[in-house]
Amino acid sequence: MHGNILIRKILNHKENIKENISKINKHNRDFIYGLKKGIPIALGYLPVSFTFGLIAVKGGMPAWIAILMSLTNLTSAGQFAGADLIMANASLLEISVTTFVINIRYMLMSLSLSQDIDENMPVSKRSIMAFGITDEIFSVASMEERDITFSYMMGLISCPYWAWALGTALGALTCSVLPASLQDSMGIALYAMFIALVVPEARKSRAVLAVSVIAIVINSLLTWLPMMNVISEGWAIIISTIAACTLGSILFPREVN
Amino acid sequence: MAGYTKMIIAVILMAVVTYIPRALPIVVFRRKLKSRFWHSFLYYVPYAVLGAMIFPGIVYSTGNAYSAMAGMAVALVLAFLNKGLMKVALGAILTVYAVHLLFL
Repeated sequence: MHGNILIRKILNHKENIKENISKINKHNRDFIYGLKKGIPIALGYLPVSFTFGLIAVKGGMPAWIAILMSLTNLTSAGQFAGADLIMANASLLEISVTTFVINIRYMLMSLSLSQDIDENMPVSKRSIMAFGITDEIFSVASMEERDITFSYMMGLISCPYWAWALGTALGALTCSVLPASLQDSMGIALYAMFIALVVPEARKSRAVLAVSVIAIVINSLLTWLPMMNVISEGWAIIISTIAACTLGSILFPREVN
Repeated sequence: MAGYTKMIIAVILMAVVTYIPRALPIVVFRRKLKSRFWHSFLYYVPYAVLGAMIFPGIVYSTGNAYSAMAGMAVALVLAFLNKGLMKVALGAILTVYAVHLLFL
């Protein structure tokens, strides 16, 4: 009798261990898969963050503050604008509001990502992975066919995060060694990366192509029409995104799976 | 040019206003949307954001609209051929650099 219970307990225990090991394996697999998907983003970040470090130090910011900014902000457009304003000795309010407006687009990405993760994911994990939402990391994650897990996101964020800081440090320390024309040329790196993310998807889907083109047309109108001068760049991107997604959803509705 | 203390405060404030829009929706919103419209809307977000981020910002990215257009053309071709982020970025940079050296 006792022997039977003992054996059952041992067998149960064995099952539990097996289950835990397979869980850990799944975490590891997701993490490593994420790491791999993050490497191209990290490589693309190097020239962009390099340019940021370069510009910041050239403008008079100490290298360590530029690096600190990259470690705590992890954003491209916001950091370029913020550093610009800091060097122009703008007020703290102006700096905060401008950076905030540029970054409001992350709310749309964060909302979109909330639909692709497990409903029961705890707040702690959600708040950690939220830090890594950048244009590129979000794009790669949301184009993923499989479910987005916390381990996957941690893997995906790791390489780009450190590449962003490393590139900033290299740019800040190289400073004026590079010729000015090469420095100017590197300004296009960020945009080229956006192109590399969107074009392959637009090739596959006419709906995606249409939505991107609509967003480009509306953003160009908001930027170039004289009466639209009052709208800042950050707001123009948000308005274009909302308008293009609305039109896209009406013209090309997708099946809910 | 600001003092160090002000710069550090600025960096902290920037970090906060960058983090809030990233965290708020994903932390607060725990429901799966059933509506077809919102499902489609959120699916299209990355493509719309990327489109709007690319153009016309890219025109002003190199200090010269012609070199920027040349860089954009090369990036489009490389991306169309599925060359990956790094190659597309490097191709665009080198194109812009070549245009600067040869024509400007």
